[in-house]
Amino acid sequence: MKNSVNRDLPEDVMKDLNYQPFESTEIGHPEIQRVAPKVHVSTGDDKVVTSIKQVIKDTLKDGMTISFHHHFRNGDFVFNMVMREIIDAGYKDLTLAPSSLTGVMNDLVIEAIKAGTITHITSSGMRGSLGDFVSHGGLKSPVIFRSHGNRARAIEHGDIKIDVAFLGVPNADALGNANGMEGDAVFGSLGYALMDAQYADKVVLLTDNIVSYPNTPASIKQTQVDYVVKVDKVGDPDKIGSGATRFTKDPKELKIASTVNDVIVNSPYFKDGFSFQTGSGGAALAVTRYLRQAMIDNKIKASFALGGITKPTTDLLKEGLVDKVMDVQDFDKGAAESMHTSANQQEIDASWYADPDNKGAMVDQLDVVILSALEIDTKFNVNVMSGSDGVIRGAIGGHQDAATAKLTIISAPLVRGRIATVVPDVTTVVTPGDSVDVLVTEYGIAINPKRKDLQEALGNLPGVPVYKIEDLQKLAEQKVGKPKPLEFTDRTVAMIEYRDGSIIDTIKEVKD
Amino acid sequence: MAENEERLRRTMMFVPGNNPAMVKDAGIYGADSIMFDLEDSVSLSEKDAARVLVYEALQTQDYGNAELVVRVNGQDTEFYANDVKAMVKAGIDVIRLPKAESADMVKQLETDILAAEKEFGREEGSTHLMAAIESAKGVLNAPQIAAASDRMIGIALSAEDYTTDMKTHRYPDGAELEFARNMVLHAARAAGVAAFDTVFTNMDDTEGFYRETEYIHQLGFDGKSLVNPRQIEMVNKVYEPTEKEVLNAKNVINAIEEARLKGSGVISMNGQMVDRPVVLRAQRVMRLAKASNLVDEEGNYIEK
Repeated sequence: MKNSVNRDLPEDVMKDLNYQPFESTEIGHPEIQRVAPKVHVSTGDDKVVTSIKQVIKDTLKDGMTISFHHHFRNGDFVFNMVMREIIDAGYKDLTLAPSSLTGVMNDLVIEAIKAGTITHITSSGMRGSLGDFVSHGGLKSPVIFRSHGNRARAIEHGDIKIDVAFLGVPNADALGNANGMEGDAVFGSLGYALMDAQYADKVVLLTDNIVSYPNTPASIKQTQVDYVVKVDKVGDPDKIGSGATRFTKDPKELKIASTVNDVIVNSPYFKDGFSFQTGSGGAALAVTRYLRQAMIDNKIKASFALGGITKPTTDLLKEGLVDKVMDVQDFDKGAAESMHTSANQQEIDASWYADPDNKGAMVDQLDVVILSALEIDTKFNVNVMSGSDGVIRGAIGGHQDAATAKLTIISAPLVRGRIATVVPDVTTVVTPGDSVDVLVTEYGIAINPKRKDLQEALGNLPGVPVYKIEDLQKLAEQKVGKPKPLEFTDRTVAMIEYRDGSIIDTIKEVKD
Repeated sequence: MAENEERLRRTMMFVPGNNPAMVKDAGIYGADSIMFDLEDSVSLSEKDAARVLVYEALQTQDYGNAELVVRVNGQDTEFYANDVKAMVKAGIDVIRLPKAESADMVKQLETDILAAEKEFGREEGSTHLMAAIESAKGVLNAPQIAAASDRMIGIALSAEDYTTDMKTHRYPDGAELEFARNMVLHAARAAGVAAFDTVFTNMDDTEGFYRETEYIHQLGFDGKSLVNPRQIEMVNKVYEPTEKEVLNAKNVINAIEEARLKGSGVISMNGQMVDRPVVLRAQRVMRLAKASNLVDEEGNYIEK
């Protein structure tokens, strides 16, 4: 069975899991039935407890689905605290459905899989030892990878039915009103966790900071929360954010960023009231800086900046160059603090951000997005999930979702070390080429041939050579040579959903 | 002089010859000249590896229109002979001789290049050369050095070694380099070759870099040696002609064209004769304007 991006899909697995092959980036206008959580009625007076073990005992049964958020990133203490108790209590056959998995969770996830505690996983991504473990066949059933928007969709559809959500927060009152903005372990927006709070049957908050009632602003509300567990520490503040975001000095990153800026400024979308999403990472931050200057020079302001937010973006808000920041997560302390102080920095949940099955999501209104790539192929398909060795080492994040913007720019070096980024065929298709418009490398740009308007607008920029993507691929190959094809077994270790829930690709077990 | 058509040499970017990533990426920054270094930035144990790396890169990588230069090891080293042979064989545009102190050193290099051209079947005379002036002796002999070979494309002042030789060091105001700069520049102009100013290494002192670049631009240097690609844009900015200069140059070029069409040997503009220096300056301004993307294909100024 092949899908519309020419990927061979294993028929037995597709049938077992009741999946359809990916067809198109068009979502259309279907009618959708959303689900609602079960509510255990209470007046809320007895929610505060101190024993994680007891809460788990009261809420969890074998075979259930549990969830966590990843807003603490590598400073997360909550996941390991809860998972330790679950493993030790001998639970079996759980489905793990966090918004994503960060490196600090890897050891316990692997231990839980080996103990039979976790038998199914759905996540935005995974890295390091866990990616390696899964790619080598460590988990029996395939991991389901979903974008942030798609996770929201799957939760609303009931494809992911969360029985118990364990959500760490830097503050909460005794009834469960909580936000991500105050306390020691602040991370700003609770965007991904808001889905769990709204749709899980049982919502367990864990916090090291119980504040007086009623706690405002309340991102998570008392109407959603069953338990508030007091713990010593929910996270390590130093490892939550990337710290102070530094402007890159790498000349190659700067070159790429300045070219990305040239593409944006000369596109038809760069006009007063435009909107953009830049993401994190050195080049993305540099783009924000160039874009700032271009906005000042051309007397242009943006109506909103979207997605994962960094300090350079909130600085634009303060400067009045951006009217609103629509914030689903904060990558650094500066951005998190800004959310606390700026009324124009709006916390949005993952559904509002990017769920395709919606009455309109923010990404549908997005003009320009800059995204990264591990690989991009001559069909403009992008891989952000598997490495050059075929091993899982990435996350979809909002990639597929934001790529639906009017101008989707992939910014990536032509080669990394001895590895080509522009390839004949990506190892894993995550984002279909149909939604990608321009590739920017340090050598020049390639424009999706479907975008005649952009060929016209960007075809003759001084200092920005335009290549056919096939020629960039050849240039990359000329530099680093042709790698030996990767070897995989027939066993499927992961399914990559497109944002509509169809299957865009699968990942096979690597052969060593 | 090696070439009649004067080429722009605003920026000569140093690239350590033993750094594969930098050698591979050297072409993307728009430097007018790229100088692969086999000398000071390469440790003794990596001399052979660097030579092989640069040789292979010259065979396989596309550096666009940049002029490709290699700084070989000094004539008093055991690496010099193989450096020259390998780079001539690789088809390098220019070999840069470090620590040049006399015309004889340049003549020696010329002889060695010619031998290598014969050995590897390369067109005789196609390998150009340049000399770096790095000592008091070199500065005083700069006129002879600059004029020592028909292959010579330019001479460069290298201030680190020079200031050490002069028992001083570099100062922000550059007074210690005043004589050397003017000497090198005059020697270059008298010989009809290019003059390159020395590097500026403090990447955090943007203001100082602009100050120094504006100063050497005012003196008349063709350009500057650079240690970081980020400096290219800054140098180009300093060398960018003003709108008035471009419009004026365009008028001169139009007058030349008009005279050519009329078959007239005299170029006149607004009823006045245009001198040769004016023509040369106009041509140089148009080259700079084109390189700075200030004019379109026909040389018309692009409004910003």
